Amino acid sequence: MERIPILKMGDFLLVTIQVDLYDQLAENLESDLINTINKHNSRGVLIDISAVSIIDSFMGRILGNIAVMAKIMDAQTVVVGMQPAVAITLVELGLSLNGVISALNVEKGMDLLRAKMYNGDNEGQIDDNDDE
Amino acid sequence: MQNNVLTGLNDHESKLNSIWMQLLLERGATDGATEEEESKEFTALFLEALNQGGNSDNLNSHAFEKLYDLLSGISISRAKRGFSPRETAQYMISFRDAASQILSEIAKDPAVLFAANLELNAVLDNLIIMNFESYVRGREDVISRQTDEISEISTPVIRVWDGVVALPIIGTLDSSRTQIVMENLLQQIVDTESSIAILDISGVPAVDSLVAQHLIKTVSATRLMGAECIISGIRPEIAQTVVHLGIDLTGIITKATLASALQTAFEMLQLSVVKRK
Repeated sequence: MERIPILKMGDFLLVTIQVDLYDQLAENLESDLINTINKHNSRGVLIDISAVSIIDSFMGRILGNIAVMAKIMDAQTVVVGMQPAVAITLVELGLSLNGVISALNVEKGMDLLRAKMYNGDNEGQIDDNDDE
Repeated sequence: MQNNVLTGLNDHESKLNSIWMQLLLERGATDGATEEEESKEFTALFLEALNQGGNSDNLNSHAFEKLYDLLSGISISRAKRGFSPRETAQYMISFRDAASQILSEIAKDPAVLFAANLELNAVLDNLIIMNFESYVRGREDVISRQTDEISEISTPVIRVWDGVVALPIIGTLDSSRTQIVMENLLQQIVDTESSIAILDISGVPAVDSLVAQHLIKTVSATRLMGAECIISGIRPEIAQTVVHLGIDLTGIITKATLASALQTAFEMLQLSVVKRK
């Protein structure tokens, strides 16, 4: 069965989605990711969706689910590289993915995760932690 | 029978043209030589249509097709060159006047002349309507092109600092414009890798619930991309309207001026502007 690779980078997990997601693949990703977080005790998950051109309401929900599940396992999820068209679609669908933190690219996403980890107390504001 | 009289115009084509041109000049309804060629072609096609059996009973027939094409081309070009409606209408009316002047010279019998004039009017009325329809269509083309241009140039995305883009919105925000604004802004965020976008609405005359909803959408989309969005240029009237309408903007960073928005952006980027001694 086709799977999306999940790479471990220290305390973080890196998921790069390079193919268009269909529902089964997304569900597999969800369960694989949660299991991997559990296995490595990861503190952060970075999902790169820069190659994804289409996201429907189901995919949006899966992303939201992953974030919430990761959160209750004490891992922070950052979605990076969302295409403008995808962002517009999600907003039009009414999914603003409230639990999900976004960053422009992998580099900024990593900075964000590190910043989150080292001052884990103040998790409210995204922007304040946006270190250079 | 009637057609015979009208086809009498055939022998006077050049005279018809010169009278027509003269009338147009007298009435100030032409800009001179540019149209003369087209007008000559028009006369030629008009006579050709009559010779091919075109008359007031078959105005939609094949015989008139070329004539209509030419006329609508002339009218559209008149619209684009900024002729007034009166001048455009005079174009065809002058043609009719010229034609009936010639008819009155060649037809001796008043009854024949009357019948010929009736026929001429019936054909030309249709042409006048066509003329005007095309003129209006030409004007509408001009207007829609200008609308496109305005929406294109009225949403510039300015890079104000490394990592900060600003988008001043001038004019009313409707759905189609919001879409353009949003797309431009998001694309610029990707292109410049900016983490902060400032949306300045000081040029927006009024904010109603729809406009506010559009703004909220733009902010959400920007956040989904991983950038932060600041709305600036909230005038006192706008603040009042927003609160009276019960719109919740608390989740959005709002500032009164572009300057204070930029200041906030600097703070977020942990930059500071200091005065040199």
